Amino acid sequence: MQRIGVFICHCGTNIAATVDVERVTEAVKKEPYVVFAQNYQYMCSENGQQLIKTAIRENKLTGVVVCSCSPRMHEATFRKTAEEAGLNPYLVEIANIREQCSWIHKDIEEATEKAIVLARTAIAKLTLNKPLIAGETGVTKRALIIGGGIAGIQAALDIADAGYEVDIVEKRPTIGGRMAQLDKTFPTLDCAACILTPKMVDCAQNEKINMFTYSEIEEVKGFVGNFKVKIRKKARYVDEKKCTGCGVCMANCPSKKGLNEFNMDLNNRPAIYIPFAQAIPNVAVIDPEQCLKLKTGKCGLCQMKCGAGAIDYTQKDEIVEREYGAIVVATGFRPIKLDNFNEYGYADNKDVITSLELERLMNAAGPTKGTLLRPSDLTHPKVITFIQCVGSRDVSGCGKPYCSKICCMYTAKHAMLIREKYPDTEVHVFYIDVRTPGKNYDEFYRRAVEQYNVDYIKGMVGKVYNENGKLMVQGSNLLDNEQITIPSDLVVLATAIEPDPSVRDIATKLTISIDTNNFLTEAHAKLKPVECATAGVFLAGVCQGPKDVPETVSQASAAASKVIGLLAKDKLKGNPCVSHCDENTCIGCSQCEQVCPYGAITYEEKEFRIGGGKTEKRRVACVNPAVCQGCGACTVTCPSGAMDIHGFSFEQINKEIEAICKR
Amino acid sequence: MVNKNELENINRISGTDVKKCMKCGKCSGRCPAFTEMDIKPHQFVSYLAQGKLDKLLNSKAIWNCLSCMACVERCPRGVAPANVIEAVRDTVARMQGKDGISANDIPPIVEELLPQQLLVSAFRKYKK
Repeated sequence: MQRIGVFICHCGTNIAATVDVERVTEAVKKEPYVVFAQNYQYMCSENGQQLIKTAIRENKLTGVVVCSCSPRMHEATFRKTAEEAGLNPYLVEIANIREQCSWIHKDIEEATEKAIVLARTAIAKLTLNKPLIAGETGVTKRALIIGGGIAGIQAALDIADAGYEVDIVEKRPTIGGRMAQLDKTFPTLDCAACILTPKMVDCAQNEKINMFTYSEIEEVKGFVGNFKVKIRKKARYVDEKKCTGCGVCMANCPSKKGLNEFNMDLNNRPAIYIPFAQAIPNVAVIDPEQCLKLKTGKCGLCQMKCGAGAIDYTQKDEIVEREYGAIVVATGFRPIKLDNFNEYGYADNKDVITSLELERLMNAAGPTKGTLLRPSDLTHPKVITFIQCVGSRDVSGCGKPYCSKICCMYTAKHAMLIREKYPDTEVHVFYIDVRTPGKNYDEFYRRAVEQYNVDYIKGMVGKVYNENGKLMVQGSNLLDNEQITIPSDLVVLATAIEPDPSVRDIATKLTISIDTNNFLTEAHAKLKPVECATAGVFLAGVCQGPKDVPETVSQASAAASKVIGLLAKDKLKGNPCVSHCDENTCIGCSQCEQVCPYGAITYEEKEFRIGGGKTEKRRVACVNPAVCQGCGACTVTCPSGAMDIHGFSFEQINKEIEAICKR
Repeated sequence: MVNKNELENINRISGTDVKKCMKCGKCSGRCPAFTEMDIKPHQFVSYLAQGKLDKLLNSKAIWNCLSCMACVERCPRGVAPANVIEAVRDTVARMQGKDGISANDIPPIVEELLPQQLLVSAFRKYKK
């Protein structure tokens, strides 16, 4: 005989103001098997939990229903409470009478009525609950970081510091990412390379960190604690172990038409190249699209000149298989393409550039060796106009609906640096709003205005056109209710940023969710900002949402601490509410295998007795409970009803529906 | 003479949601007729959002707007200032007891520089 206890929480006034908790308490007492019912101001408090524990012991309860908030909030709390009182934690059911009842109703009568129904439903389900025991799996003590920018680097260093092995997989030939391309960083104006390259070197020197540069993720299998990943090491045509990074090959390469990606295509590089002086690893790579030897078979100069004998034109892509306990995604961003913004004349005028291009034009390692010269005629621009929000906050379909967050600050930085270095330059900034929340951020922007006399104009630019070699920037000055035209020598577009396009493929391989703007979705906007809905996968940097360097580093360290917490465990407790197959009913159709987003279902041939001493062999579905996340896709796909979920069986759900319909 | 009906009419005819405006001023930054207008494109949107019917109805700029639709084309928020201006123009015409304008009305109001496009858009008829 079951003995059920029901506990109704007031949640302060959250529930009690809209639901008559006394009436609910009285009503549930009349339900079958209910031997105890009580309401309390805060069930989740120590005292509230104590009430539950005492009731379990004194009334010999076989199951508990807590009528409170969403199970996302306190299911774990109450399961633990029950466990402490000696009850299997899966004999606890939550009736959500807050989010699904008190918060959405105004009428007390209606809300109370509904709360009673929800409680009754949970009681009905509970009568069919079975004690469940979570399985355990081991943990591979190694983490994978996808993306070797500042986010990936920071996460790797933190994880390695805790004593765990880390692999960084970076698709470009060097780690460093976008930050390596920056000249200075706000709000303190440190040189980006000066603060980034020591961390890059740390990565190279740390024996716990293993780098796969010029490599991509080929396949991900497995589950939290036990991921199996195939990494494609693309052919560099240079032996990483032999190359000394001397650069002789670059100097001798006759093909110099390749666009220099590191310099935002502003100049050219040889077919064999090292992306930049502080590249890690400092190893050359051959661009097969440009290399004469690889394209035509004629050349081989680099091989002849290489003193280390590192050049190998026969190198092929290599697949490496590695196992990991946790994965951090840090795939970063790129500026958007400006094809939809003809009005700014980016495609037609060499002197209309993006902000990231300006970073390269101002950087000592850039195409102009740090002297600000405009691309068209390599002269000093005297009038520079910045346009903010290019492609950001745009819901017309041309750009991105979100604020790219970093542009206000880097534009202030650019304006300030230019005025500092070239005081005879006139600098204008067209802005819609200046958004500078953050420590010392608004002060930074005000410095641009007050100390450096940067001309901030409230209004947007309507068009940029070329008139006799001048770039005419026509826009609104809203505060003066004027339309103004500024003849400029250089126009800089604060271009919106978007997640690196590789993220889509990564998200599919990891079965993590992605939003309409291709940002990866965190498990909870506030309380689980670095976790994913998929256990064991964590997020860092702009792949999750626009953010600047300080924020990225914080998030990367947060992700690292989550990884460390995971790797520190020897065993992981699984979720027992997973799918299982009734082999007698399974018809071997494979549909469940196809819909399973986690790859948890495989088919096996098994022998079954069919009576008369005979057996037959049949293909049946087998669920790996460690991989299954309990999503239920297989149960609704299965045509024979063989698939079912522990803790959420069809029987239980039917019972719930019955309870709802019963009046 | 704030007339809720007229405001609603302008909103309805324009078919644009002025609340979407983020006050960037790109419309006025792009407008080729800007200097001719007593009320600027962004102000039409702003006045409509604030319900300042008088300002809208007394505007002379409704006869200067070229209906070139550059503001509509460039608006990052999908707001259509030129449609608001046209809605005001039609409302004014209608309040004068007319339904759009007829060909005979044109000679007295036409300026030599008045763009053809404007005339075409003013011919649109809205029957009650």
